[in-house]
Amino acid sequence: MASAIAHFEISENDQEVTISFLGRWVVSCLGDADQRIRAIDCSHEKAIRLDVSSIDQLDTAGAWVIYRFHRRLSEGGMGIGITGAEAHFQTLFDVVAEHEEHVQKIPPHKHPLREMFERTGRQVERNYQDLYNSVGFFGMSLTTFLRGVVDPRRFRAVSFVHHLEHAGFDAVTIIFTVSFLVGAVIAYMGGELLKEFGAEVLTVDLIAYSVLREFGVLLAAIMIAGRSGSAFTAQIGSMKANEEIDAMRTLGLNPVELLVVPRVLALVVAMPILTFIADVAGIFGGALISLFSLDVSPAMFVETLENEIELRHFLTGLVKAPVFAVLIGVIGCYQGMRVADTAESIGEHTTRSVVQAIFAVIVADALFAMFFQEIGF
Amino acid sequence: MSSETIQDPIISVHGIRNQFGDHVVHKDVSLDVKRGEIIGIVGGSGTGKSVLLRTIIGLIKPAAGYVRVFGEELSTLSETKRSEIERRWGVLFQDGALFSSLTVAENIQVPLKEHTRINKKLMDELASLKIRLVGLAHEAALKYPGELSGGMRKRAGLARALALDPEILFLDEPTAGLDPIGAARFDILVKQLQETLGLTVFLVTHDLDTLHAVCDRIAVLAEGEVLVVGTMKDMLQFDHPWVREYFTGPRARAANLDE
Repeated sequence: MASAIAHFEISENDQEVTISFLGRWVVSCLGDADQRIRAIDCSHEKAIRLDVSSIDQLDTAGAWVIYRFHRRLSEGGMGIGITGAEAHFQTLFDVVAEHEEHVQKIPPHKHPLREMFERTGRQVERNYQDLYNSVGFFGMSLTTFLRGVVDPRRFRAVSFVHHLEHAGFDAVTIIFTVSFLVGAVIAYMGGELLKEFGAEVLTVDLIAYSVLREFGVLLAAIMIAGRSGSAFTAQIGSMKANEEIDAMRTLGLNPVELLVVPRVLALVVAMPILTFIADVAGIFGGALISLFSLDVSPAMFVETLENEIELRHFLTGLVKAPVFAVLIGVIGCYQGMRVADTAESIGEHTTRSVVQAIFAVIVADALFAMFFQEIGF
Repeated sequence: MSSETIQDPIISVHGIRNQFGDHVVHKDVSLDVKRGEIIGIVGGSGTGKSVLLRTIIGLIKPAAGYVRVFGEELSTLSETKRSEIERRWGVLFQDGALFSSLTVAENIQVPLKEHTRINKKLMDELASLKIRLVGLAHEAALKYPGELSGGMRKRAGLARALALDPEILFLDEPTAGLDPIGAARFDILVKQLQETLGLTVFLVTHDLDTLHAVCDRIAVLAEGEVLVVGTMKDMLQFDHPWVREYFTGPRARAANLDE
């Protein structure tokens, strides 16, 4: 079909120049015909006739290219017009002519650099708004919760247990595995280093200290933010997009009471338990590596643990768990409530929820560390 | 053009059977669509109007039967041949199905970029022309689908369907969710485009006004097959409880008031 591609021939006699259009002037066959037409030199002294009688096929794109050329000629006072158009072609030329003056240049996108700055600015503003509103949302959730304490009938036990199972119980395996591996890595790396000083036995302190105070609870929180915080956003967000939240309000139900409180509460209960599991897994992983690569026997490991590690290290980690749980739960639910009615929005807010939750957890952890340092706990 | 002639049906559906699990949607659906006509497909909810449309455009593979478009049986064609055929039709999905991360102009340019070698300047002009053609204001070009109303989204979807100047236009409930004025305008637009661009239109609808205003022929889907095909007049005379109720019920009478 190569021969059928849109092309044209220029012929000349005494009075006029004729440009004959040949082939298929349809969008798929235009190729560079448009550039070639634009390149035609219109500064002839003779009038130019556009002959379309030999065109095999024409569509709006072809008609547009030819018509626009015709306009250019007319403006220069050179054109005689389009001749030889059969009825169907003429309709197309008429359609194109009718809309010609409204066809405008589509402005290009803004400069990428400018767009980048603009986006950064918007993001900062939005993060500030999110922070401000999350605090408000937390207050609202808290008052709703307290109302539930005063009037226990308002407490949604079924929903609470459901989320406890999904956010808590179902996460045990993954949190155990991750914490086990991190404990093992700490033992391995730390042990190698301490061996140089002949202080292998201090590895036990290193593992217990870091896992109990920091890693156990942090790993549990990060996994929960990724697993449950995102799930909360997606669940509530899709309900929001589907107008279910609005429907609840019209039925006299309180969406915060129904959706938010059971979820956050489930996390608050689950997180300390998961932290404990993470602590055990991390120390177990560390003990296993100590046995194989440092020759610290399990008996010796446990003995050192009992003698040198005080209970307060474990408590320091554990006390952070419910705080992280509230942060993750409230941010997850808040982002869910912010979803607009497009499918795209759910994905966007789920991402925000995870990022903000992990960020909040780490900031809170840093504050805790400073606090415990100051009070010497 | 292939070996087909003007008289051959442009779409030929023969003995189509579609089922999802135990649920049989189409038992034996056969239908011919003539070149240049507007055919309306009606039927109760769940009779498989949209399924028929999706079967014709190849999104659903029928359990039995065949579909020929432009005289070619799609399921037997190679990937390249198929893509060539697909470029000769445009589809407007129910809510426009515009790509939400692209502006309206970019949406229209997607098929142009993919299937033609024309330059950016012409592409912009063609997008702008198509936007005007479907009756949108030029300002809509830079808007994202999320910023448009339902009616505008449908028009934008139509502009994208028209991007490659197709021969057949498939419309899935084009007036659903539009207010009566918007719906009437859309009807007129479809009719105008069909006349000026010489389109064949395959239209799935619930809207009696649309059937009255634009359709040359109507096909009724019921009981897993095409019950009857014909003009509005044929429909009014056809003796079947559902067809009678549909075309002469209270809503139908309201749609007929102006006649």
